[in-house]
Amino acid sequence: MDNWKDFRRVFLTLATPGGLWMLTFFVIPMTFLFVLSFSSKAVVDGEISTTAYDYLNTFQNYSLSIGHDYLVLLWRAIWTSAIATLMCLILAYPLAMAVCFAPPRWRPVLLLLLILPFWINLLIRTYAMYSIFRTTGVVNQAFGLIGMGPYEMLNNTTAVIMGLIYVYLPFMVLPLYSTIEKLDRSYLEASLDLGASQVRTFVSVTWPLTLPGVITGIILVFIPCLGTFLTSDILGGPNNWNIGNAIQNQFLEANNWPFGAALSFILMYATFIALIIRTLFARRSKGVDA
Amino acid sequence: MSTQLKPGQGPLEYARRPWIIALFALVLLFLYAPIASLIVFSFNVDKSGVWHGFTFMNYIKAWHNEAIFYALTNSLTIAVLSTVVSTVLGATTALALWRFKFPFRDAYEGFMALPIVVPEICMGISLAMFFSYTGMMAGVRDWVWPFNLINIMFAHIAFCFPFVAVVVRARLQGFNRQLEEASKDLGATELQTFINVLVPFMVPSLVAGGLLAFTLSLDDFVITLFSSGPGSITFPVKIYGMVKRGVDMQINAASTVLIVITLAATLLAMKLQAPDKAGH
Amino acid sequence: MTEPIISIRNVSKRFAGGVIAVDNISIDILPNEFFALLGPSGCGKTTLLRMISGLETPTEGQIIIGGQDMAFTPPNLRPTNMVFQSYAVFPHMTVEQNVGYGLKVTGVATPEIKTRVAEALEMVKLSHLAARKPDQMSGGQRQRVALARALVKRPKVLLLDEPLSALDAKLRDDMRMELTRLQETVGITFIIVTHDQDEALSMASRIAVMDKGAVAQIATPAELYEHPSNKFVADFIGKVNLLDASILKQKGKTISCNTQGLGKFNIDTDKTCGATATIAIRPEKLKLSTAEPKGAGLVKVKAKVRDVAYYGDTSHVIADTDSGKELEINVQNDSRTGGSGVERGQKLWVHFNPNDALVLTE
Repeated sequence: MDNWKDFRRVFLTLATPGGLWMLTFFVIPMTFLFVLSFSSKAVVDGEISTTAYDYLNTFQNYSLSIGHDYLVLLWRAIWTSAIATLMCLILAYPLAMAVCFAPPRWRPVLLLLLILPFWINLLIRTYAMYSIFRTTGVVNQAFGLIGMGPYEMLNNTTAVIMGLIYVYLPFMVLPLYSTIEKLDRSYLEASLDLGASQVRTFVSVTWPLTLPGVITGIILVFIPCLGTFLTSDILGGPNNWNIGNAIQNQFLEANNWPFGAALSFILMYATFIALIIRTLFARRSKGVDA
Repeated sequence: MSTQLKPGQGPLEYARRPWIIALFALVLLFLYAPIASLIVFSFNVDKSGVWHGFTFMNYIKAWHNEAIFYALTNSLTIAVLSTVVSTVLGATTALALWRFKFPFRDAYEGFMALPIVVPEICMGISLAMFFSYTGMMAGVRDWVWPFNLINIMFAHIAFCFPFVAVVVRARLQGFNRQLEEASKDLGATELQTFINVLVPFMVPSLVAGGLLAFTLSLDDFVITLFSSGPGSITFPVKIYGMVKRGVDMQINAASTVLIVITLAATLLAMKLQAPDKAGH
Repeated sequence: MTEPIISIRNVSKRFAGGVIAVDNISIDILPNEFFALLGPSGCGKTTLLRMISGLETPTEGQIIIGGQDMAFTPPNLRPTNMVFQSYAVFPHMTVEQNVGYGLKVTGVATPEIKTRVAEALEMVKLSHLAARKPDQMSGGQRQRVALARALVKRPKVLLLDEPLSALDAKLRDDMRMELTRLQETVGITFIIVTHDQDEALSMASRIAVMDKGAVAQIATPAELYEHPSNKFVADFIGKVNLLDASILKQKGKTISCNTQGLGKFNIDTDKTCGATATIAIRPEKLKLSTAEPKGAGLVKVKAKVRDVAYYGDTSHVIADTDSGKELEINVQNDSRTGGSGVERGQKLWVHFNPNDALVLTE
């Protein structure tokens, strides 16, 4: 690696465009948001203004957001994301194993089949789920053919979780595949050779050595799930709102931007905590890097 | 437990085990059935959800639906322009990180990763706020097309170029610097070496990164929703509006179109990446 | 005649796509042997080893270990253990945990595990590194961990896949002696796979030379070297001069032949020859002299030296006969002052005793 001082002009040409862009369209907006979360709507002529703000004058937004109503939403986001992530892991692991240990000619095809849905718009996929599980959808029609139903399958938490699994499963498959693929087969062979059963080999050798990939996958699924509002909106209905919905609502409908800002930051802190936990785990486990 | 293996089958050939094959098939069914159903019903005569007949009506209606058409054009324009800028920014950032040691390098790298990690909704909100506060939201509304889309483009570039940077950087890791040294040894200048040796090596990743940026931009919903104003609707946002108003087979038709465009771009990206692995 | 500990009977392995890796092989391996599977890459030796261990299954045939056909038994149920080419020492466990792994997963009691692990580490001289993790150890040390890990299980047969290939020259010699010593101390059968003939010749008591999925010859090292049964083995083991010969007549054990390059002579053989055969002579059996050699029955021919490669203790001389045949001759540099005494361009006599040569019919 060269030292930047030896090629000052080249370095600056390369590093500044991205840096400046990130500064203008990410760092500065985020800072504004941070400031706004500590602000309140200004009172102009005795009325609460819709566009002017008194900046940095209150913790009220945060105290409101830690209030019971909103903590419930955050909590709902956390536990639905946790369940969805766990289910994704349980499903994706055997799938990733299947792809990795399939005959070499099949591997790209099988992987592609699992990953392809990822490229389809999240909104479209959620809508597709909605279409087939609604009361007049295909699944209920099938039930009708054998004289059962129709069942109300949407507008509950299970539907939201199913939707989350549906949308984010490919996100779990990729890092798992990547890690398992790099795993040296002879570790598994050695374990079998020394007398361990297939189950024991998985528990004692495969799982510990693929842990970094598992953790990456968990992060890649958990964080988007946490901030989701589409899935809960379309599949869960108003009773299943989580924090993402609340943020969206504050911004687009209730027009209470400072409060929305505070909620956003609560969500971001939750995200960063998850990331820190990941880094701690990654340092402790000794395995194949994803 | 005395499970015997079959002739020719190894103990690690997990892909042959019946329960894994069954699971795989079930998951594929689960993943593709809703999408297949969506596409199939886009050809349905009515929106009841029960199949009543084959027709192209929904596509024709969607095509003539000005709002949908306008939204699709917006999406494609934004995607193309964002892709060009994202690719350049992503490539320069990747080169800077790959080649140079500099103070605050780790922080720079961390910042570049943030858009990938921060929840989309938070980024969308902050941009909405930023555009509103700087007057850009209101200001660009009356600009001539496509400039009224500039907010959305700025937003898209901001979250797309880090992905391009990741792709290009991965490719750069595999570059043999001795090729650069050989070029200079033969008399080329820094710039000539860059153009004739480094850039050709980077091209597959630029294409792959560009296509990634294209699909990310085309598909984006959350960030676009927050950074667009009323006159600058994009395709996914339009579909969202329609979904909120209830099921309509035009949504299916419009979705199918988007799916086809996205898949074509993705498969193209993969095709372009694959031969190079053997070739270079 | 002792009962073989491993009996491979008519084993074949076909891979998808029609590739035949192992073609109808039958080998009997005796208890307490140090047996080697030797051959060029792609000859099927590793596939065969893996089928003995259970990591692959044959398409046809039987693999009888200790009296039972185990061709389709899973690897964890076989009385064999393997030392892998990459050692495969578990990176997330300490040396002690690695060595004890095989005992732990088969339900051996903890106190017994402790004693046996300590014994095994003592045997490979790694007791002082018991708490170390593999990434803090050298390649040679990791190999010894792999050895201890396999031997602690007291298998009937120990399988080693290219054990010396990853080591540098000095370590290789040490490990070679170490392995031979271990095999004698522990008293079990060792089967190694290698492409390096020096490894095989110096360590094994019997060697199976393999080519393209089939066995070319099974014999002791000396027999392989001095009595190769076909051209492939003669050429693969050591260097050899091969001469095409047409058989003029065969009377009992003596044949009279006309060779390309070395003229006519008589040679004794056990084989029954057809119209043609190959005469094989090792380079060290050929001698050079400046004056015409005198001696009854010697085969002699004039040649011009084309190249001399100096190796310190010997020199390898390439010379062309007048009829254009290239011969390789090994000369001992047995005088400190004269070197080999051979120079490029020199015209010399090449001669040998015909009974130092060998007749090959295939």
